[in-house]
Parts: sequence; C-alpha cells; structure tokens
Amino acid sequence: MSSTKNSRIGEEIWKTRVDKVNAELVTLTYGTIVAQLCQDYDSNYHDVNKQLDKMGYNIGMRLIEDFLAKSGVGRCVNFRETADMIAKVGFKIFLNVTPTVTNWTSDNTQFSLIFEDNPLADFVELPDDGRAQDELWFSNILCGVLRGSLEMVQMQIEAHFVSDVLRGDDTTEMRVSLVRYIEDEMPPEEE
Amino acid sequence: MPSNPRGVFSLIIINKAGGLIYQREFQSGLRNLSTNDYLVLAGTFHGVHAITRSITPKIPIAQPAPSTTSTGTAAPAASGYSYPNPGVPVSGLDYLETDKFRLTCFQTLTGTKFLLFTDPLTGGVDAIIQRIYELYADYVMKNPFYQIEMPVRCEAFDRHLGAWLRGRT
Repeated sequence: MSSTKNSRIGEEIWKTRVDKVNAELVTLTYGTIVAQLCQDYDSNYHDVNKQLDKMGYNIGMRLIEDFLAKSGVGRCVNFRETADMIAKVGFKIFLNVTPTVTNWTSDNTQFSLIFEDNPLADFVELPDDGRAQDELWFSNILCGVLRGSLEMVQMQIEAHFVSDVLRGDDTTEMRVSLVRYIEDEMPPEEE
Repeated sequence: MPSNPRGVFSLIIINKAGGLIYQREFQSGLRNLSTNDYLVLAGTFHGVHAITRSITPKIPIAQPAPSTTSTGTAAPAASGYSYPNPGVPVSGLDYLETDKFRLTCFQTLTGTKFLLFTDPLTGGVDAIIQRIYELYADYVMKNPFYQIEMPVRCEAFDRHLGAWLRGRT
C-alpha cells in the first residue's frame, strides 16, 4: 500500500523538484575521485573503501535535510518502511534508480538492496592488478551515504556491499543492517 | 503598509542539542535582545519543547478481550497505556500565541528546530517554514564548508532567505 505511494512520491519529486545534471559528469567526477584515492592510498583498497565510506557519511549527514525538505515525508513507523523509502524515494530522487529491497531477515532488521542500474559505475572497469577485483568496492560511497543520513534520523545502521557486477558478480548487492534506534534527547525511562 | 507584507518578524534556528545556530530579524523596530538572551531563549525553548513531549498524556488502551485465562486482575501494566493515535509520533510544542505575535516551531526529523515569529494574523506559516527549510537544506547543509551543528554563517542563505521573504507572491 504505502509502497506504491512511495514510488509515486519519488517519481513526483524527481520530475518536478530536482535539478538534473549531465550523467556523464557525475560518473566521471565520481570515477576520478575513486581513481585518485586508489593512487593516494597506493592501491590499498581497504583504505580506499574506508575513505569512500567516510566521504559518503559526510554527504549523507547533509543530504538528509534536502531529502526531508523536498519530500516532506514523516517518520517511518518501522525499518521495513524505511527500506522502502530509501529505495523508492531516496535513490530515486538523487540517482534516478530504484534498487530492489529484498532478502529480509525474519526479525526485519536486515535487508539487501539490489542495484540493476548504478550510474556511478557506468564505463568502469576495475584495475586488473589481481586485487582490485577482490578488494575494492567501487561504489562504497553509497554505504556511507546511507549510514550518515540514517544516523541523522536516529537510526544506527551498518551497510556494506556483498557483490558488485564490476567484480564479475551477477548482481550488485548492498546489505543493510539496523544496529539500533538512537534515543534522542529523551532521558531514559525512570522506573 | 509595513515593508514586510508576509508579517514575518524573525527566525531562530536551534540545533539538536539546544544551541542557537541562527537568528535573524526581518522587520526593523523589533525589540532587541542581547546575544546572550537569544542563547538563553533557544536553550529554554529547547527544554520546554522536550518537556512538552514527555508530558504528552497516555490513555489506557481499551483491552480487546479480557477473557483470557491470565491472572491479571491488578491495574493494567505500563503497557496498558498508550498515546492517543499511536501511529502518529509524539510532537512537542508546536506553537505559542499571544495577542501580538505567534511563535511557530517546526522540528525536522533530524532534530533541528525552526522558530518563526510572525504576526498572529499571518497565514500559511507552515508553507513559509517549509520553504525556509528547503533554503536551509540548499544553502546551509549543501555548503561543504558549513560545519554541521555549528552557527550558520552562510551569506547565500541570508541573501536568499531575505529575498524570498521580501518577494511578493
């Protein structure tokens, strides 16, 4: 029910409220950043992943306000709704993609986002130094963006990629886990 | 007519920790407060807002079927009470009104508060605040050199805010 509603919200905002830029500019800019990081960190891909995640985190903390201001949506009542919101509104308005939400754990705290399209990775081929294919998560910035933006709305999460078509996998999949809801300002319940 | 047809007197932004991060007047001749007084106002409002949230009354849940075999004869447990309309999150103080002005508080989901002082007769305050929030998202949060939670010193924000509020619709 609310699921199709979110699709509509995402579609509507994308059409009417978002300034568009050339996709190649985004792809090239992001590609340059990753390539530069690989150079700066001497192809230590673990550090590159970490740095991308950190950069994303800082973006997320800012981007969330834009998301909320543009969408005017209220607080999600549970993590399932949050996931739907991320996929159909968040990714839609900022990247014009709608990843599929799937692979829920039974306690509803972990899910996967499957990306059919990933505008960050167009034209990309990972370096064939024998390690990048196993170690670099090219789009890792997205994990940080989710972590940063959800933290600002009182959710501590953990996100990482588990597969990437750039590595030759069949799908590009990000795993997102809810760690806890951060209690804001309210002092602990006195009993 | 006053130079400010929208009847917006001033704006205060409070970060999620209760610190004053922005304060601006849109009308001349307002009573001036010292910087310190503004800080106190922000902190006090923040506290009062939190209190109004926590004192939101809970009402007993209508017990669906007390015919279960449980031994419960005592007063309902804490879980027997809930906020009216539990689907809607508890909000704090939304507005405060006197004969001469109205203070509207909009708290974003991230915890930032926008306090707008307007003429009590000014309409469409929610839309005004929503627009201010968008300008804030654009010219404050997207400024890479603005440090989150710190006082807002963004010239572009001042400019666009002023221009928009002065502009007629």
